[in-house]
Amino acid sequence: MSENKNLIEGATGFWEIVMGLEIHAQVASNAKLFSGAPTEFGAEQNSQVSLVDAALPGMLPVINEECVQQAVRTGLGLGAEIHLRSVFDRKNYFYPDLPQGYQISQFKDPIVGEGEIEIDLKDGSVKRVGIERLHLEQDAGKSVHDQHPSMSFVDLNRSGVALMEIVSKPDMRCAEEAQAYVKKIRSILRYLGTCDGNMEEGSLRADVNVSVRRPGEDLGTRCEIKNVNSIRFIGQAIEYEARRQIDVLEDGGSIDQETRLFDPRAGETRSMRSKEEAHDYRYFPDPDLLPLVIKQELVDKLRAELPELPDEKKARFVREYSLSPYDAGVLVSEKASCDFFEAVADGRDAKLAANWVTGEFFGALNKAGLQIESSPVSAKQLGDLINLISDDTISGRIAKEVFEIMFETGDDPAKIVEEKGLQQVTDLGAIEAAIDEIIAANPDKVAQAKEKPKMAGWFVGQVMKSTGGKANPKSVNELLAKKLGL
Amino acid sequence: MSVDENTVRRIAKLARIAVTEEELAPLSKDLSTILDWVEQLGEVDTDHVPPMTSVVEMEIKMRKDIVRHDNLQKQVTQNAPQSEDGFFTVPKVIE
Repeated sequence: MSENKNLIEGATGFWEIVMGLEIHAQVASNAKLFSGAPTEFGAEQNSQVSLVDAALPGMLPVINEECVQQAVRTGLGLGAEIHLRSVFDRKNYFYPDLPQGYQISQFKDPIVGEGEIEIDLKDGSVKRVGIERLHLEQDAGKSVHDQHPSMSFVDLNRSGVALMEIVSKPDMRCAEEAQAYVKKIRSILRYLGTCDGNMEEGSLRADVNVSVRRPGEDLGTRCEIKNVNSIRFIGQAIEYEARRQIDVLEDGGSIDQETRLFDPRAGETRSMRSKEEAHDYRYFPDPDLLPLVIKQELVDKLRAELPELPDEKKARFVREYSLSPYDAGVLVSEKASCDFFEAVADGRDAKLAANWVTGEFFGALNKAGLQIESSPVSAKQLGDLINLISDDTISGRIAKEVFEIMFETGDDPAKIVEEKGLQQVTDLGAIEAAIDEIIAANPDKVAQAKEKPKMAGWFVGQVMKSTGGKANPKSVNELLAKKLGL
Repeated sequence: MSVDENTVRRIAKLARIAVTEEELAPLSKDLSTILDWVEQLGEVDTDHVPPMTSVVEMEIKMRKDIVRHDNLQKQVTQNAPQSEDGFFTVPKVIE
């Protein structure tokens, strides 16, 4: 009964949240969807605006074939149907950052149809979420409202950049599912290389449609929360909005279908100025653009070239490296982590590599508040450290010390081991001498150990202490057993 | 098909065209006449005819993903009613 755990309690009983998401993902491309202007983030205002993007009279759009291919790749990655014929429509509305007076989008005939992805939930379960469609469209420009008391400033650099709008089915029932969905989409896009997934720079933005209902009843009226730009905010916005709707309904009110904004500072959603007509977009096919027709051979070629996607990678890690599904899931969820792990595991004991990456390495990054990209320890260095363990130069315990120093200084493990003299003592004579000394000094413990073999642990500890932790644990155990006659 | 005055008012607002109250009635009549005339096309059976998307038989032309661009900041803002520091400026709009 996975649905039941998601019910939330109001004053008059239980409610269920129903959610669908629209994700706007900026297509990774050099040039814009219909012009040759660049797409780079952070350029000087209006320096990346072509005459097409500024919608000067007489300019005609010509579609960028790479953007089309990126949409097809994404569709394939979402397990979705690719439409060989799709149509661009004009979505008409007036806003200062939309110079054409319409957005070129796809309404009736999108390039990608229905698909499905799997999302991983914290309790280890997997849920399927349907994809309704994916279509290509232009981004708008950017309005800045805080530069002047009575004016808004408009920058059209983003105007005309290609976006993929990915629409889910209303399959999500709690904030965690919506967050896991966005994470999964972002991960798939990054593996595919079709969007950089950077939410801070606005390359990935989500509109969340939230409604509530009594379990088993028909869908309630939904509100759309626009442009939520972090996974944490998505969670907060949903929690707030669901509670707000339940309160309204329980007080005998009704929900107005409207667009709302999430204010991260106040932690609440607010109604955007209600403009009823604004939703009358009067779509019609763009007469400047012929229908977008692509060949099945192109789709087949792109499908053959697809990289390994997170679900496939996870399955392979479990199968080939005997990783637990949990560890494998942690490793593949972010492409950067996965690339790092694969570099560390290459030619080494994969299980050991996975333990180090998900354990010490992620732990240290978290503690330091660092992203993998800014890690002081490279994949090669961590790999070198694992080599030192595998060839018995150092013990696993010493390796943890070495790792800490690596993380602080960025030094190579071999250099640290050398400088600090941390090489493992594998010289049996030296270990034997240490053992003999301890046995001679503690006849009472020896007697105890013969009664209770568990006491041997105490001797192991003493030997480690006297060798500064550098004795090879396996040799210590073997020698001790022999000497104590166990 | 008839277009009543309210519809005319609404379409005008959506298209940002100022229409006075006096103009509503004649516009409503004209638009209705035009639509009635266009509606005659509906009498032709087009069930099995694909929509014509071009007068010549051709496919959509595509462009390589290559940046061809100069910084046109000055040119694109110079005809704007108002601009400042390379931005277009408009009366404040906040949603």
